[in-house]
Amino acid sequence: MLSIKNLTKIYGGKNKAVDDISLDIEQGEFIAFIGTSGSGKTTALRMINRMIEPTSGSIEIDGKDVMQMNPVELRRSIGYVIQQIGLLPHLTIKENIVLVPKLLKWSEERKDKKARELINLVDLPESYLDRYPNELSGGQQQRIGVIRALAAEQDIILMDEPFGALDPITRDTLQDLVKVLQKKLGKTFIFVTHDMDEAIKLADRIAILSNGQLIQFDTPDEILRNPANQFVRDFIGENRLIQDRPNMRTVEDAMIKPISVTADKSLSEVISIMRERRVDTIFVTRNDGTLLGYLDIEDINEGYRKGKDLVDIMHRDLFKIQIHDKLQDSVRTILKRNLRNIPVVDENNILLGLITRSNLVDIVYDSIWGETPAGVDEA
Amino acid sequence: MSEFFSNYGFELLQKTWEHFYISAIALLIGVVIAVPLGMLLARTNKLGNWILTVAGVLQTIPTLAVLALMIPLFGIGKIPAIIALSMYILLPILNNTIIGVRNTDPNAKEAALSMGMTRLQLMSQVELPLASPLILSGIRLASVYVISWATIASYIGAGGLGDFIFNGLNLYDPVMIIVGTVAVTVLALLTDKILGLVERYAVPKGINISR
Repeated sequence: MLSIKNLTKIYGGKNKAVDDISLDIEQGEFIAFIGTSGSGKTTALRMINRMIEPTSGSIEIDGKDVMQMNPVELRRSIGYVIQQIGLLPHLTIKENIVLVPKLLKWSEERKDKKARELINLVDLPESYLDRYPNELSGGQQQRIGVIRALAAEQDIILMDEPFGALDPITRDTLQDLVKVLQKKLGKTFIFVTHDMDEAIKLADRIAILSNGQLIQFDTPDEILRNPANQFVRDFIGENRLIQDRPNMRTVEDAMIKPISVTADKSLSEVISIMRERRVDTIFVTRNDGTLLGYLDIEDINEGYRKGKDLVDIMHRDLFKIQIHDKLQDSVRTILKRNLRNIPVVDENNILLGLITRSNLVDIVYDSIWGETPAGVDEA
Repeated sequence: MSEFFSNYGFELLQKTWEHFYISAIALLIGVVIAVPLGMLLARTNKLGNWILTVAGVLQTIPTLAVLALMIPLFGIGKIPAIIALSMYILLPILNNTIIGVRNTDPNAKEAALSMGMTRLQLMSQVELPLASPLILSGIRLASVYVISWATIASYIGAGGLGDFIFNGLNLYDPVMIIVGTVAVTVLALLTDKILGLVERYAVPKGINISR
């Protein structure tokens, strides 16, 4: 759907920022442009919505040459997220979200509906719609930055180092969120990054750029297995090449069956289930399996004494991982956050499994001693 | 003193009003020219700085000289006075507009442009509101200047409270001078106060909130 042919940008007559890049991107793909600074990745991205005009070559969206389109209309049809977020401080969150719909002259009701729908999508309360950007944290602001790029139902979203300015934990959360959003909405995302971990975690295909040239354009697996040349190998880092082999597995391979109860159970029933299964934490789901929260033994003790209901005492904010996430990424997050029990869910938030610290330890042992005979021989 | 007010009370009110509307019209013309001009000039590096320098030089010409220079061009009366005064206050407004627009967050502008705002929409919906605190304070400053300078405009027959002061000088009547001066000062302070309130309500809410 997005076809880039022989794209070149020359500054000052001879300085090639982007040098003859050609690539085809399918509808619904998550693409990363990665490279060191000065590799031309941002220039390439910004030529797609004509914030920078190409020197030569063509970009076609669904067969239409962008150079033939009105640049203002083109930009309204493509979402854009920048590292510095760039919310307009004098507008409320709602006005910020529906900036492009307003330019497209949507009706008030339609804008209102869209703003509500989107803010729910990124787990922020609707009351935030009336606040101003400066009242939100950086991570919250960038959530708004992301949904602002989706508000006019754009099919293509461009992101220029969207998480670069956030702290590691916020960045992790936002990466997960964007990945889930992208899957759910089926839109084409193209993002620029210099962080290989981020590219591997998010992208369906990665375009590696160096000095304006496209060095390799392939899936993360393929790039890790068959780096095109020494540059790519250096860029990925030898460390990751070795480390990555046992870790190409997904969360699904490592998870165990979780213990859960439905939300209509009484506390005494919950206690007997927990005693029987010998666990100190239990997940709470709806009847259809949708994850609602969790309870640990101390909460139950206290709630039981005070005669409260299960729904009143359960913790609703919990960190969860997606079933198709790479195990490597999840392990990093779990260790960073010092979590003990992490629920595994699918796109619809249905509880499917559980990762615990102890089964992570098993995996680490497996990868060190379980599969090594061949590796030891080679060494 | 009370004798003065019974003799000149009506004239004082009349001259105050005259003074006020000469200043207000001059201010209005100054704003209408300087704000859009400043927003355009803010984009240009060299031209903007060059115009600011020229405006700065113009500012150093004594008010009296500017008013005198108006006589051969526009004759005497209110119109040349208003023209001279509005030229005079271009600088503080222009200066603040250019600085205000240049200091707006480049990321907000980048985001707005890349989402498909036209140049005109960028100016009216992003740059103007974001620069509004500085623009408004420039206008407020200019309003105080213009009221004090309008006193001198009486010299070329524009009327206003300057008449009291000049007549007082001619007639050696200190009461007349003092009444004229106090009236100008009160007018200037009141205007400043009122524009201060306007500033507080006109600046977009989100800009004042900082974490």
